[in-house]
Amino acid sequence: MKVLVTVKRVIDYNVKVRVKSDNSGVDLNNVKMAMNPFCEIAVEEAIRLKEAGIATEVVAVSVGEKSCQEQLRTALALGADRAIHVEAEQELESLNVAKLLAKVVEAEQPGIVILGKQAIDTDNNQTGQMLSALTGMAQGTFASNIEIKDDKALVTREVDGGLQTIELAMPIIATTDLRLNEPRYASLPNIMKAKRKPLETKTVEELGVTIKEHTKLLSVTPPEERQAGIKVADVAELVDKLKNEAKVIG
Amino acid sequence: MDLSLNEDQAMIQDVAKKFAQSELAPIAAKLDEEGDQAAFLANLKQLAELGFMGLNIDSEYGGTQAGSVAFSLAITEIARACAATAVTMSVTNMVAEVIQSVANESQRQQHLPKLCSGEYGAGAFCLTETTAGSDPANMKTTAQLEGDHWVLNGAKQFITSAEFAGIMVVWAVTDSSLKKGKGISCFLVEPNTPGVIISKAEQKMGQKASLTNEVVFDNCKVARSALMGELNGGYKIAVSELAGGRIGIGSLALGIGLAAMDYARGYMLERQQFGQAIAKFQGLQWMMSDAYTDLEAARLLLMNAADLKEKEQPFAKAASMAKLFASEKANQACYSALQLLGGYGYIKEFPLERYARDVRITSIYEGTSEIQRVIIAKALLDEVS
Repeated sequence: MKVLVTVKRVIDYNVKVRVKSDNSGVDLNNVKMAMNPFCEIAVEEAIRLKEAGIATEVVAVSVGEKSCQEQLRTALALGADRAIHVEAEQELESLNVAKLLAKVVEAEQPGIVILGKQAIDTDNNQTGQMLSALTGMAQGTFASNIEIKDDKALVTREVDGGLQTIELAMPIIATTDLRLNEPRYASLPNIMKAKRKPLETKTVEELGVTIKEHTKLLSVTPPEERQAGIKVADVAELVDKLKNEAKVIG
Repeated sequence: MDLSLNEDQAMIQDVAKKFAQSELAPIAAKLDEEGDQAAFLANLKQLAELGFMGLNIDSEYGGTQAGSVAFSLAITEIARACAATAVTMSVTNMVAEVIQSVANESQRQQHLPKLCSGEYGAGAFCLTETTAGSDPANMKTTAQLEGDHWVLNGAKQFITSAEFAGIMVVWAVTDSSLKKGKGISCFLVEPNTPGVIISKAEQKMGQKASLTNEVVFDNCKVARSALMGELNGGYKIAVSELAGGRIGIGSLALGIGLAAMDYARGYMLERQQFGQAIAKFQGLQWMMSDAYTDLEAARLLLMNAADLKEKEQPFAKAASMAKLFASEKANQACYSALQLLGGYGYIKEFPLERYARDVRITSIYEGTSEIQRVIIAKALLDEVS
């Protein structure tokens, strides 16, 4: 069985994000980029499926500018066997990414596609679900456990009320939640070997997808800065302020 | 001229940084305080499994074969979080490199895979003696050939990781009739060999989690095949291998200096005095600018020395300059960073006092700053005489 695992290049989670002065987006100049943490979990799960003898091949795929090949190399260093880069210069919305991935799925015929549940830059949480709809494959989202037995998969989902376990018919789409696993560090010898693993590039045209924009980004603004607090003299004053100024208690 | 890192180097730096910040930084203060040896050794083992103990060792011997630049980058990132771990890693890499460059094939096969994989806890470099520090050619330890064995007698001082090392590279006088420095040879000694006595670890000012022991050789018999490299050619080995080690120590110093200044920079924005963040005071800004400029210059010197070594060009002078500058400037950076924190820099709740203690040794071990200047001066004068 083949595993297809998706990888998105995003701002490193340690970076303090700054908004461009014209509010057109987040400033990406000279900012450290990294693999989306949920995608790291997806890659880890794919490698574990291979180590467990369930998967035979792990293919990593990323949609984006040429620079996202860095994140594909990271996936290869972690243990993916080969990588596919779908070149797209513009920032794509989830549906377009899902359409491109659907074409890759059609060509690769994986038994399972593992995606991060969302990317930490746009927090859309859409691509996995859309890919499921486009391919007709069953979906197990927000997975904290994935078990595959023959033609069935048991996916434990993190839902509001606790954990929900569902049985899906293979092939499936799974999206990863935080507690699915703890990603490993890439070993240095594997980093050295990663550049010898195949990385194939495909264009949007080659995949036969027409990019359509359905949403328009109007503006990006930073959260309002927190105002300085005040000191109150006693509990009575505090309660008064909570009641009459902050209006958080009745 | 391209000063940017290649993809492998950037990824190795990234993994080193991630490992250091997630695994080492949270326990570094505790290791310094209590010396939890089990946790320390477990980290070293994990670093070995990730390929950090043989960064410049060929892959056929289990090494990463990533080159000296990657080695320097990795040491700096590890040292940012825990200098004691970084020095152990630096010395182990240096020991592996000595074995790779001068040992015979069977010695390499025997020891390098174990050093690289972490099967050996570490490697130890046994050169210094009580009366032979900056002047190692004055060593008193002897090795005499008796039948099929070499018999070692003497004592080595300040040996990093001796207590848990899997292999020790030991220098000893094999022919005292030759001119000073000419009759020294190099041996591979396993620490469990009868006659090897490893004393209790020294109580140090800093880098406390890394163990530093005295190693005594009392009629220690090793096989004739324990000789590494040419008979009586050992001093040359020590001198050339220390040059590589100096890139490691310079990189380590840089890591501590950066950790100290990064902490101080963050503090400057938070700390309010006279109604504003102390980062607004130009006097303090200048301290910060000077320290970061020095550290950036140190980084460039180190990268240059590492790059020369990687290209197999003469690098000893560059390595000494880099080690001298990086360790002196890192000491100054730690002094400034501690000063920027004021009283908080002096108390253990903040990491600055640990950085200041940890950095102090970097201008002493693997050749003091004074010895680096001697080496640099000799190279400079040799160029014109």
